[in-house]
Amino acid sequence: MSENSLAIRKFSDLANPTRFLALADRVLPWLAVVTALFFVVGLWLSFTTEGDYQQGETVRIMYVHVPAAWLSMMCYSVMALAALGTLVWRHPLADVSSRAAAPIGACFTFLALVTGSLWGKPMWGAWWVWDARLTSVFVLFLMYLGLMALNRAMDDPARSSRVSAVLVLVGFVNIPIIKFSVEWWNTLHQPASVLRLDGPTIDPEFLRPLVVMAIAFTLLFFTLHIAAMRNEIWRRRVTSLRRLAARSAGREV
Amino acid sequence: MMSHAAYVLASYGIATLTVVGLCLWVIADGRARQRELRELEASGVRRRSAEASNGETR
Repeated sequence: MSENSLAIRKFSDLANPTRFLALADRVLPWLAVVTALFFVVGLWLSFTTEGDYQQGETVRIMYVHVPAAWLSMMCYSVMALAALGTLVWRHPLADVSSRAAAPIGACFTFLALVTGSLWGKPMWGAWWVWDARLTSVFVLFLMYLGLMALNRAMDDPARSSRVSAVLVLVGFVNIPIIKFSVEWWNTLHQPASVLRLDGPTIDPEFLRPLVVMAIAFTLLFFTLHIAAMRNEIWRRRVTSLRRLAARSAGREV
Repeated sequence: MMSHAAYVLASYGIATLTVVGLCLWVIADGRARQRELRELEASGVRRRSAEASNGETR
């Protein structure tokens, strides 16, 4: 067998839920340990580095706020990719992935909003303002909640997967709006200072804990996402087994 | 007016609660589904693929 076809076979093997479960069992403990290690180092750096000369201690809120906000957008991008997988390739795990990601994304968006609010009060003097960045992230939060409600309302995944995939893709228009809102409109929220074309404009003293915490949050997302996907596969098996049991019970009577 | 440290503590506190809550929910959900699968298997309901694997594989 050529190397190329072996690689393709390995990738398509992932489409088999049983293979995915075996892979998840092997990967999850390692991912969890590495995530915990990154959080230990990240939190230690977050509380030992110096405060900002203007913002003082509140700069430490950044180390949770910024990774949570990044993750809220990355999670939705993962869901949009999964939605493409459902609609274009009909990948059997794509809908599982999209469904499992929604509550995780909602939690990270909630965190970004709450920590942002707790940072806004001492720095801007307001818990909340309806500027473009804050409003678009709030819309993202509502979209996560809406998708979760839709997924719960339709209990047959075969029917709900296409509807929710279309909705996820339509909602993806919000992601570039969030990212560029601080450049397109006059906002109270500051523009990007890490992911910029001309390089980060943030001092290395703050950049180091921020990067470690960002990696920790990203690893946390993938750990939780794989575990939630595994739960979703189990949930679907339980449903189909119950249906099977009901059908065979009907035949026996 | 709260001190700056209070805002920092509140942020980390809420972040910890949210993350721990999310982790516990995922773990509890997984355990509950596994329990259901075990109960179904104990009552004799098996997946078609599991039955097939007793005879010949795939």
